[in-house]
Amino acid sequence: MAIDWLPSVLIVTLLILAVIGGVRRANLWRAGQPEKVDIVAGLLALPKRYLQDLHHVVARDKYMSQSHVATAGGFVLSMILVLLVHVFGVSNRLLAGALLVALGLMFVGALFIAKRRLQPPSRLSKGPWMRLPKSLLTFAVTFFVLTLPMAGVLPEGTGNWLLTMILSAGIIISLSELLFGMTWGGPMKHAFAGALHLAFHRRPERFGGGRSTGLKPAALGGEVHGVAKPSDFKWNQLLGFDACVQCGKCEAMCPAFAAGQPLNPKKLIQDMVVGLAGGTDANYAGSPYPAGKGEARALGSAKGGADNVITAGLVDADTLWSCTTCRACVEECPMMIEHVDAIVDMRRFVTMEKGQTPNKGAQVLENIIATDNPNGYAPGSRTHWAADQNLPLMKDKQQVDVLFWVSDGAFDMRSQRILRAFVTLMKAAKVDVAILGDEERDCGDVARRLGDDASFQSLAKRNLATLSQYKFNKIVTTDPHAYHCLRNEYSDLDVNGVLSQGASGQAVEVLHHTTFLNHLVEQGLLNFERFSDTRMTYHDPCYLGRYNGEYEAPRELLRSLGINITEMARSGYRSRCCGGGGGAPITDIPGERRIADMRMADVTETGAELVAVGCQQCTAMLEGVVEPRPVVKDIAEILVGQLIEEVH
Amino acid sequence: MPLNIVSLVSVGRHPQSGRSRRAEQDGRAVEMGLKLAGQQLSVVHVGNPDEPVLRQYAGMGLSSLTVLKQADRFDAVPVLQRYLEQKNIDIVLTGVRSESGESSGMVPYLLAHALGWPVVARVADIVCVEKGEAQVLLALPRGQRRAVRVALPFIASLDLAAPPARQSAFGVGLRAKIETIESIGEVDQIRVDWQEAEAKPRAKRLKTVKAKTAAERFKAATAKPQGDAGKVLINETTQQKAQAIFDLLLEEKVIR
Repeated sequence: MAIDWLPSVLIVTLLILAVIGGVRRANLWRAGQPEKVDIVAGLLALPKRYLQDLHHVVARDKYMSQSHVATAGGFVLSMILVLLVHVFGVSNRLLAGALLVALGLMFVGALFIAKRRLQPPSRLSKGPWMRLPKSLLTFAVTFFVLTLPMAGVLPEGTGNWLLTMILSAGIIISLSELLFGMTWGGPMKHAFAGALHLAFHRRPERFGGGRSTGLKPAALGGEVHGVAKPSDFKWNQLLGFDACVQCGKCEAMCPAFAAGQPLNPKKLIQDMVVGLAGGTDANYAGSPYPAGKGEARALGSAKGGADNVITAGLVDADTLWSCTTCRACVEECPMMIEHVDAIVDMRRFVTMEKGQTPNKGAQVLENIIATDNPNGYAPGSRTHWAADQNLPLMKDKQQVDVLFWVSDGAFDMRSQRILRAFVTLMKAAKVDVAILGDEERDCGDVARRLGDDASFQSLAKRNLATLSQYKFNKIVTTDPHAYHCLRNEYSDLDVNGVLSQGASGQAVEVLHHTTFLNHLVEQGLLNFERFSDTRMTYHDPCYLGRYNGEYEAPRELLRSLGINITEMARSGYRSRCCGGGGGAPITDIPGERRIADMRMADVTETGAELVAVGCQQCTAMLEGVVEPRPVVKDIAEILVGQLIEEVH
Repeated sequence: MPLNIVSLVSVGRHPQSGRSRRAEQDGRAVEMGLKLAGQQLSVVHVGNPDEPVLRQYAGMGLSSLTVLKQADRFDAVPVLQRYLEQKNIDIVLTGVRSESGESSGMVPYLLAHALGWPVVARVADIVCVEKGEAQVLLALPRGQRRAVRVALPFIASLDLAAPPARQSAFGVGLRAKIETIESIGEVDQIRVDWQEAEAKPRAKRLKTVKAKTAAERFKAATAKPQGDAGKVLINETTQQKAQAIFDLLLEEKVIR
């Protein structure tokens, strides 16, 4: 190159600008609320979290994970070597050779990324993201040429003014994107914010194969409840929004988006970025929110700022209420962003500060407050379903092995069939069981998902106080929502350790009925006839699968009947929601299709005549689909039909 | 000039659980007050200022709420009368009857009697207030309405046909200021002497279905009652009108 000092000056200049940008960006995150994070431990854990946990998610898409490993790995390595070779002037042929190899690797990776951009799937954002592979290729080529003399391939001082100009332009173009753009809001921001997001994640339990799905309790009694403005989020939540790489995996999985309801998780996260950085969504280049019932909003009309109320101009409340809290987006997100937490945080503001829970929301919450169940039934009629079941009450027994948490299914005639089937199975296995009877209350799931954390906390505390009077080893429930609350969310409010110390002195085991029944079958306590040759599929309830990781027990139970399950295209961790979670049937935001219909179409596609479920809410939603359609049955109902009862 | 409106609220009782709640009609009185006066609305309760249900009313968007503090055995009417007399009030909004306590439905009438104001019972909507006169829609059976004009000041009791109370927001209710006014009450001897007991469910009357077709059932559910005993007296003298009412009351055995 004609001017030897030029590349290093350019590199250093852009690096300094990047550092300035990084500090500015960090200050935007610091506008959020304080949250205790172990900074040092987080940073130390970063490489493992990135290489193991994050890669585990990305690796579901082999093409992209391999391209990304080559490109990102090549770039990080090249950047370190570029600093050594071109800035610090270490002249070592081996080093320069290594740089050439790294750049080559990156070039190949970037080619694949560029190839995908030729016909990008609709979930990908366009705009600046279309430019990124070109910037990556420019970087690789520019520094490749620049390094050739140092590696001894070309003689020193090769090139004329024209080449110098071209290479300088290449340096400026590529490093503007890859260094400067990283901290000033370009597509490469995902690398900078993403790395820090992994280090300071709000749910560090998720790394290393763990699971953390319970919502965090809202602080009650302050000047504002829930999140009104972007600055009401925790600082590491804001950081998390900035980590978004706009891959749209969430969008592809979101049941509300597919149903044409006005929610797109990717756009929502980008709107949060607009909120934290200020400005409008004019530069957003992905799929918009579906129109829902109203007119789709034009891009650029959503305005936000760190101290502006989000639902006043940035995001429509309907967008927040479209979510079924199924966690498909969270499960799919390669950046491990927590969409559901953010949505419920904002719902809390709409419900607890604005009093604007849509449709039946207000009535349901009022019922929960006045009667401890969402439909306003007399609390004294909670045990009517069990009038002929001869079930002992905890009040009389005081101590049992299994406490059967009946849930609000007690008031619903369809759910009562599931409850009765489960009781029959427990009796056949001679389980030492009792119920709370009228002392039981709604678990608080609906109240919490509708944003009324005050009612949730009140219910949880009262339920815990009731539970503290009795001794038991296990709580078993047929309702995955109650299961999730009891297992993952009550612990935050369980100050007296009711659930951490059962009758035997060990922590109380909270189990879903399928898990519990599977234990009974494994112990040989239940015997079944083989099931006839009906083609059957199984629908994973979100709150059982993604929320609690129970995919196997229901399937094992079905296999124990000799059933060969025909799996749906979307099953297991990718199961599509039935549309019944998160209070969505209550807020009922209109879309073009119903989520339950789409799920039933998934079922029909397998040719199944029967769909097994493990959740009364899923049963209700799927049975709400017009006939002809496959029969919907809870696993307990299928089992009880095949039960061989001993006759004495 | 902004209207000076007072909504009176009581502690309700949920019909299924028997638990305290925001009363259905009183909630509507607050809703109507907010519609007419916005933030200028004052909401008054007689009783215990620490009652948690008051927060449910306040959650409708009130920054403060006035409580005339007195024990349960005292009569609510005299304190309310003294309080309302001091203020220059245009409209007092109440429910038709309370969901707890005596539930006699007499408070608006006794207050009106004491203050010398008219009562407008079973209001479905107060459309507007102009030149010291309010246009009011009264709720009649089967969704019918009667439009009346009432001069200020007056007392209106809200029917269930009035717009339902908006959702109560927890945070707003929690932060609302409860202004307590100590009051000297008069013991409500009648109330104290009463004995409360669980109501026995009334035996259900057997329903004989007379209608044979859907059209008949629809007609039975919607048609106006075919009373032809009614008489319209317009040109008669006051004497004759009064006599007609008196005769009717005798005939219906209201007076003997």
